[in-house]
Amino acid sequence: MGRRRFSPPRSYGEGNGAPMKAAKALALPVALLILAEIGARLGGPSDSIAPPSAAALALVEALGDGSLLEATRDTLLSAFGGLAIGAGLGLVLGILLGSLRTLDRLMELTIELLRPIPSVAVIPVALVALGFGYRLEIAIVSFACLWPLLILTRAAVSGVEPRLIEVARALRLSPWARIVKIVAPASLPRIFVAFRLAAGISLIVAVTVEIAVNPIGLGYGVMTAGQALRPALMLAYLFWIGLVGYGLNAVLVLAQGRLFGRAARLEAPR
Amino acid sequence: MRDVVRFPLISFREVDLAFDDHLVLGKLSFEIQRGEIVCVVGPSGCGKTTALRVAAGLIAPTRGEVAFSGAPVRGPRRDVAIVFQDYSKALLPWRTAGGNVSLALEAMGTARRERAGRIAALLARVGLPGCADKYPSQMSGGMQQRLQIARCLAQEPAALMMDEPFGALDAMTRQGLQDEMLEIAASSEATIFFVTHDLEEAIYLGDRVIGMLPHPGRIGIELKIDLPRPRDQVATRESAEFLRLRRALYDFIHTAEKGGKT
Repeated sequence: MGRRRFSPPRSYGEGNGAPMKAAKALALPVALLILAEIGARLGGPSDSIAPPSAAALALVEALGDGSLLEATRDTLLSAFGGLAIGAGLGLVLGILLGSLRTLDRLMELTIELLRPIPSVAVIPVALVALGFGYRLEIAIVSFACLWPLLILTRAAVSGVEPRLIEVARALRLSPWARIVKIVAPASLPRIFVAFRLAAGISLIVAVTVEIAVNPIGLGYGVMTAGQALRPALMLAYLFWIGLVGYGLNAVLVLAQGRLFGRAARLEAPR
Repeated sequence: MRDVVRFPLISFREVDLAFDDHLVLGKLSFEIQRGEIVCVVGPSGCGKTTALRVAAGLIAPTRGEVAFSGAPVRGPRRDVAIVFQDYSKALLPWRTAGGNVSLALEAMGTARRERAGRIAALLARVGLPGCADKYPSQMSGGMQQRLQIARCLAQEPAALMMDEPFGALDAMTRQGLQDEMLEIAASSEATIFFVTHDLEEAIYLGDRVIGMLPHPGRIGIELKIDLPRPRDQVATRESAEFLRLRRALYDFIHTAEKGGKT
């Protein structure tokens, strides 16, 4: 199926073509980098600030000795593990609560009491129960990822066009067929948006847990570099974390377009 | 008449329906025979759509009973197909026209290898040949309603429940679909329960027209329509009998609406 992309009409004075667009998008970051370079060099050697060039060298070095990749593996393992568990649980609960009104009423207060607890506040509890390591981090990330999936899936499922539910009733679809053929396709595009949200949260929370207590991963790397008074390495870690987050989101946006291109466009006019 | 046909296809027996103490239908009793086209009209809020939903098994009556072929209705049945007025909401936007028809075939348990052929035949029957790969969003209102009718026909229904199916369409499209519906009804011998607010449409299509009164919804008038078939958009609508029936129905609705306001 060939899909055509329509670009919005251009007004006079707008640049033309992709290279021009890329140049425009890059202009500000490059200018800021140059300014930072000049500023840092003017200030002389510092324990807290390093010029971007030094950070770039530190990044190459950390990539070369494998320490950065190891930390990335640890963080992503915890983030994805927590995301899988939390999002999976949230999805199932959301579908159940969205389709069974009595269950929703029964759980409402419990959910509203648990949901406002900041995931960071769970760290001490989880630390006592699980100790340091992947399990601690995965548990906290899943707690944080549970809520967006639960809330948005519940809304998506209970918001399925009532007429379609009647069509399912008129055709006497089994409960399973109703979910697979009607409810899931109708709510999946919105659920995927929730998943993207949760994926972003998973990375944030994983790094937060590492900075706060857990001696693994990218968050711990930033911490130790800072404490060792190596600002170049610290900034290298920071830049890398941003890059990982950007890459993760880009992959998910691409997947969303591929999976729900048609459905996403249908959703748009609402 | 074969003796299996002992019961009317659909019978309302003193059906009451209350929503929170508000009586929407009050002691509603009528019958629809096999192969009959019964049109129900009435002022808005008279419960005609509700009566259709009760007949289709979507709502349970508060008191009384609806019977299908003599057996009490306990819920929707696959041999009773419902054509909703809001076709754009009743179609699956993520499925093609063929996929939408396929939904009914899947529900019926039609074997996968037979589906493509059935889909092509059903789409051709409602005047949508070669449209299997189009999405509903790429189709006009009239085409979407045809598609919904094709999906209903896939259920091989004994009865078609049509809730103001042509109400949202323009006059030309509506007349075309009326005639196509009459052809389908004649060839399939399906029984049709047709709710409309268009009095002329009710007379043009029906073997019988039931006029309902509001508060609570009940039958106010029943007209037997003996206009010859096949009917013709020009000749039928010009005939003296058509005009007489139209007058009777207009007078009834006029009085009903005045009565509703006091």
